[in-house]
Amino acid sequence: MTKIKSLFISLLLTLGVSTAIAGSHGSTHDLVKDRGKLMCGSNTGLAGFGAPNDAGVWEGIDVDVCRAVAAAVFGDASKVEYVPTTSKVRFTVLQSGEIDMLSRNTTWTLSRDVDLGLEFVGVNYYDGQGFMVSKDLGVSSAMELDGASVCIQVGTTTEMNLADFFKANGMSYESVPVETNSEADAAYLAGRCDIYTTDASGLYASRAGYPDPSAHVVLPEIISKEPLGPAVRHGDSEWADIVRWSLNAMIIGEELGINSGNVDEMKGSNNPEVLRLLGVDAGYGAMLGLSDDWAYNILSQVGNYSESFEKHIGPNTPINIQRGLNALYKDGGILYAPPFR
Amino acid sequence: MSVIIQSLSRNKFYNWAYKNLFSSWVNTIMTIIAIIFVYEIGTFFLNWAIFSADFRTNFQGELITDRTFCSKNISPGEYGACWAIIYARWDQFMYGLYPIEETWRVNITYALLPLAIIGILFDKLPYRKLFIYFTFLFPFIAYFMLYGGPGLSTVGTNKWGGLLVTLFLGVTGIGLAFPLSILLALGRRSKMPIIKSLCVVFIEFIRGVPLITLLFTANVMLPLFLPDGVNPDNLLRALVAVTLFQSAYMAEAIRGGLQAIPKGHIEAADALGLTYWQTTRKIILPQALKIAIPPIVNTCIGLFKDTSLVLIIGLFDLLGIGRAALADMTWTKLYYEVYVFISLVFFIFCFGMSRYSLYLEKKLKTDNS
Repeated sequence: MTKIKSLFISLLLTLGVSTAIAGSHGSTHDLVKDRGKLMCGSNTGLAGFGAPNDAGVWEGIDVDVCRAVAAAVFGDASKVEYVPTTSKVRFTVLQSGEIDMLSRNTTWTLSRDVDLGLEFVGVNYYDGQGFMVSKDLGVSSAMELDGASVCIQVGTTTEMNLADFFKANGMSYESVPVETNSEADAAYLAGRCDIYTTDASGLYASRAGYPDPSAHVVLPEIISKEPLGPAVRHGDSEWADIVRWSLNAMIIGEELGINSGNVDEMKGSNNPEVLRLLGVDAGYGAMLGLSDDWAYNILSQVGNYSESFEKHIGPNTPINIQRGLNALYKDGGILYAPPFR
Repeated sequence: MSVIIQSLSRNKFYNWAYKNLFSSWVNTIMTIIAIIFVYEIGTFFLNWAIFSADFRTNFQGELITDRTFCSKNISPGEYGACWAIIYARWDQFMYGLYPIEETWRVNITYALLPLAIIGILFDKLPYRKLFIYFTFLFPFIAYFMLYGGPGLSTVGTNKWGGLLVTLFLGVTGIGLAFPLSILLALGRRSKMPIIKSLCVVFIEFIRGVPLITLLFTANVMLPLFLPDGVNPDNLLRALVAVTLFQSAYMAEAIRGGLQAIPKGHIEAADALGLTYWQTTRKIILPQALKIAIPPIVNTCIGLFKDTSLVLIIGLFDLLGIGRAALADMTWTKLYYEVYVFISLVFFIFCFGMSRYSLYLEKKLKTDNS
């Protein structure tokens, strides 16, 4: 019975995937314009990245990418329908055409980019695995963690990264296996382990909910690469360009010092790149199939990257993440957008 | 002393307690341990949930607008639950992301729902026929009110959530599965080989697969078969999976009822010259369903709780919307409050169904004796 079943399911899968690949024609841009709203795959709820607030409005830095694309296409950042996706269904939902783009803390990897038929268009948050310890421990670097006990979610890449890191540095650790984030929080707070390790953004989000967040530090070492970014379906480069440059416009906006407050004044700037970006020098929107004020709409309605970051996850929010890697290349980070010309 | 014991023994309650709780040393010790246990847990819970809890304001009298205002976060260790999250998210728990100005439509549907099912539940209800007519009318009214139509704006099901989705999946799933399951159960006992084997394969296949697999299949596979841009509604897909799942289980419950009917009844009906459908409708089903009601209610309770699995395919049912509330930085880490509240809502519905099943069992018992 199980054999027949698995045969049946694999048959279904093969059929399904081949029809999906065969059926992915037609321009997403036209589809979105006809529909009058952007379908954006969001998280089912991740603090600071994408979650509905008390009024039911979606907020977060991943959500802001969706809003930026809507602002670019329609001139109205609110024309987005959010489709909550779990990590298990997110790629199929995108492949089947149910959503136009996926923006939910998804790590850009080779196999996803190539094998799954996705196209990652950029990075809106550079994440990586980090360590959190109690301040009382007096530890300031992960190199001092020899012999510590670590709360770790079983069966994740995090677990493997941890083993590699300790082995490479000739240190030992004792693992305290946990199932979920909330279990890890409880175990760590109860002192069952010295260190809690997961993606740094997750550590910050957890810490924000602790009774005394200032009693815990996230160590500076980041031991894995987790570039998170928006993705679209493979094979529609025009649409990928629109999403890519919507994100880039937010980054370039910060670079040029344009924010939602001064965007109108900046239209009178002497800097040619500012004029190109804001559409005063016409022609760049048409290349993307958009109106000339597309980037102006993004910056006036959504704001630049820094505004989005500060509003949702920055040091003044409960999540309290420093810019770190996510600062502009000029400021010591690696956030870098190609020139706008 | 003996006088006191004598007078006590006349008291019905003490008599009962003596017999059942303190009949021996072992029994007495167990009773005391149990009382202490229940007392400790009970007072701890009541203290946490009510006496030292925040409702809308904290101990300083401030209105709680985010988690930092919760008394337990201002002075840790002294205060209990912070129910403000339930107040703040009440609309989302009840309606999901349904537009606030349209929620009256959901309220009307909620109010009509009991009227729609009361006719089925109680057979001695006055004007029962009218209620039954309303039951058949209700799905159309509910569709019109919830989804929209002439005169009402359309609210896509992606905006539905919370209790609305849980009830929608539970009630519609059970409602659609019931007729389907009767056909399946009859089909399984049919003498026609093709119909019989189709029903057997369907029932055994569905029962051999976890609901979560069906949900994934419905959610992930269905759109892949269909042309681009044709995407059956997400909620509808989940409903299909839930209905199929429930119908297979209910069919087995009904088959149990069918098998309990003595063969003589069917033979007697045949002798009277009744057709198959007449026999089924007038002789077999009324008896079989009566017998099968407790197991049917049982599967309904199971299904109602299983609907929370849809959160894995990204639907915001009651549990999903609760988790989304916890993901909002305003309220994060108030796990206990949210989960206790959700359990309470599920408990109310499931306990209600369970009591109803008990009531039916009692009623049927007197009918048969």
